[in-house]
Amino acid sequence: MAWNEPGKGDKDPWGGREDKGPPDIDEVVRKVQRKLGALFGGGSSGGGEESASSNGPVGLGLVLLVGFLVWLLSGIYIVDPAERGVVLRFGAFNDVTQPGPHWHIPYPIEGVEVVNVEQSRNAEIGYRSNSGRAGSTIHSESLMLTKDENIVDLKIAVQYKIKDAEAYLFNVRNPDLTLRQMTESAVRETVGKSKMDFVLTEGRSAIASSTEVLLQSMLDALETGLVITSVNMQDVQPPEQVQAAFADVVKAREDEVRQKNEAEAYANDIVPRARGAAFRVVQEAEAYKKQVIAQAEGDTSRFLQVMNEYEKAPAITRERLYIESMESVYTQSQKVMIDVSKGSNNMLYLPLDKMRNTGAMQQDRINLGNAITYPSSNSSSSSSSQVPVDSRSRGGR
Amino acid sequence: MSARINTIIFIVIAAFLIVSSAVFFVEEREKVILLRLGQIERADYEPGIYFKIPFVNNVKRFDSRILTLDATPARYLTGEKKNVSVDSFILWRIADEGVYYRSMGGDEARAQSRISQIIKDGLRGEFGKRTIQQVVSGDRTSMVSQMMSDANKVATKFGIEIVSVRIKRIDLPSEVSSSVYTRMEAERERVAKELRSQGAEEAEKIRSDADRRRTIILADAKREAEVLRGNGDASSTNIYALAYQQNSEFYSLYRRLTAYKNIFNGDDMLVIEPKGEFFNHFESSTKQ
Repeated sequence: MAWNEPGKGDKDPWGGREDKGPPDIDEVVRKVQRKLGALFGGGSSGGGEESASSNGPVGLGLVLLVGFLVWLLSGIYIVDPAERGVVLRFGAFNDVTQPGPHWHIPYPIEGVEVVNVEQSRNAEIGYRSNSGRAGSTIHSESLMLTKDENIVDLKIAVQYKIKDAEAYLFNVRNPDLTLRQMTESAVRETVGKSKMDFVLTEGRSAIASSTEVLLQSMLDALETGLVITSVNMQDVQPPEQVQAAFADVVKAREDEVRQKNEAEAYANDIVPRARGAAFRVVQEAEAYKKQVIAQAEGDTSRFLQVMNEYEKAPAITRERLYIESMESVYTQSQKVMIDVSKGSNNMLYLPLDKMRNTGAMQQDRINLGNAITYPSSNSSSSSSSQVPVDSRSRGGR
Repeated sequence: MSARINTIIFIVIAAFLIVSSAVFFVEEREKVILLRLGQIERADYEPGIYFKIPFVNNVKRFDSRILTLDATPARYLTGEKKNVSVDSFILWRIADEGVYYRSMGGDEARAQSRISQIIKDGLRGEFGKRTIQQVVSGDRTSMVSQMMSDANKVATKFGIEIVSVRIKRIDLPSEVSSSVYTRMEAERERVAKELRSQGAEEAEKIRSDADRRRTIILADAKREAEVLRGNGDASSTNIYALAYQQNSEFYSLYRRLTAYKNIFNGDDMLVIEPKGEFFNHFESSTKQ
């Protein structure tokens, strides 16, 4: 290894560093002297002797001095608030520096590696997001076996950051890659212990949190210096090949509800109607009851009134009623009067079929008349009045 | 004057060269062995600065960190003679750099292939003892721990320590996984059928319950209606009986005459003999 590559100091854009440079540069310089003194036991004074003894060539001394200053200044570095500086002396870990301006003994004695400990890093298992857009699925990572030997398609994202810069740098060669591998392992172990239905439904957050616990314990065991900030289940689905079947179950669940609802609708339709119909039946019966009672009362009242009068003069009233009734009957009817009592042995031909026809036609007309004239006055002289036969006969019997 | 300057420059450069070849660093992430003419003179360095004799001593550097070996997926037979494809990764580190240098010549690729061989043998044994179920959902740590201690016995001979073996993926071979899909489908179908028929069951129950309620409501109403009609009929019968029995003789006359009027009306054709009380005076003014 080369002892002092002069290029190193010059490569630093050290003009820029001075711009950003701290206001307490004097203190930094004093620290420089202290540190150098401690390191070489008066090395700096030795340098002074050398330039003093050379005596002659002022130019060479100046060049050496300027070179030395440049070398010293190359040790200035700044640690951002989100960062930690890890200082190595001769390659061995020396110190962790906090945010702020710092100086380390320049190369090759000390070196610094700056690590961002606040930056949230991201590992995606089962998919790769392309700068915010929905990324592509990686089936070899996302498909995993569950306890009941089913397969689920699971995508998970892990956010982590560096907890311990020293451990991060020195313990594992590629901590980020290792974390990916471990995440995959931890997720699969967790899913492998759960049943598919649990993973797909209520177990999503449980899977994520137990993965986080498992993963963190694995990382701590290796002292990777990483800490998991969150594990997010991005997506859990049945594998593509069976998604149709899974969708059908969802549909079936809807169908179940729909069938129930339809049946409820049917019940809600017919039961109130039945109640209405029942009410009607009862009301009609009630009406009938009132009707027949009223009918009976009317009929009997009429009868009793006539009877009272009849009893005052039974013989003549009886005669009158009889004659009036017969008169009414004969008036209303067609009649053929045949006197067969005198032994005249006439054959009488009655065209019964024709009579029946006209009778039937007549019946129609009468029925029509019934409908129109009901209820009509019950005057004894007019026999065209049509009292509802049904109720009359019922009541009479 | 200028010769002196040249001498100084020469001395400085020479000093640099000598010092730089006589000094070496051991970095934090390194393990180093010092060779003297091909023989290991010293190992087990702590990080820091050390000296060596230029050209005689030689320095070999190895990584002291934990290394990740992503093994290629391999097929193993499980206890029930099913093939599974297992993807694992191995974390290892160089434990004894001297032994490691002697056995592997410091070649990391060679070491990795040796390690993956050892682990594959170990895993094969472990998988053979277990069913798929146990492999997938069993305790993976305990599964690999026994195997790891065996593997470490071998690895120690190469100066290697196997830190951890993690199983990432356990996959069924594609022909098996397609039958898994078929099974999953069948199972979903079962669930779907069950749900649908449950729905039908519930619906039928609700419908029949509604029908029952309707029938009962109507029957109850009918009963009530008939009771009411009976009441009415009874009342009216009572009323008629009370009234008509007051003069049953007049009733029979009155009712008959009313009936005649009701029966014979319209265009009824009456074929009559001029007889009877009504026609008493039809032929003569005095008769009987």
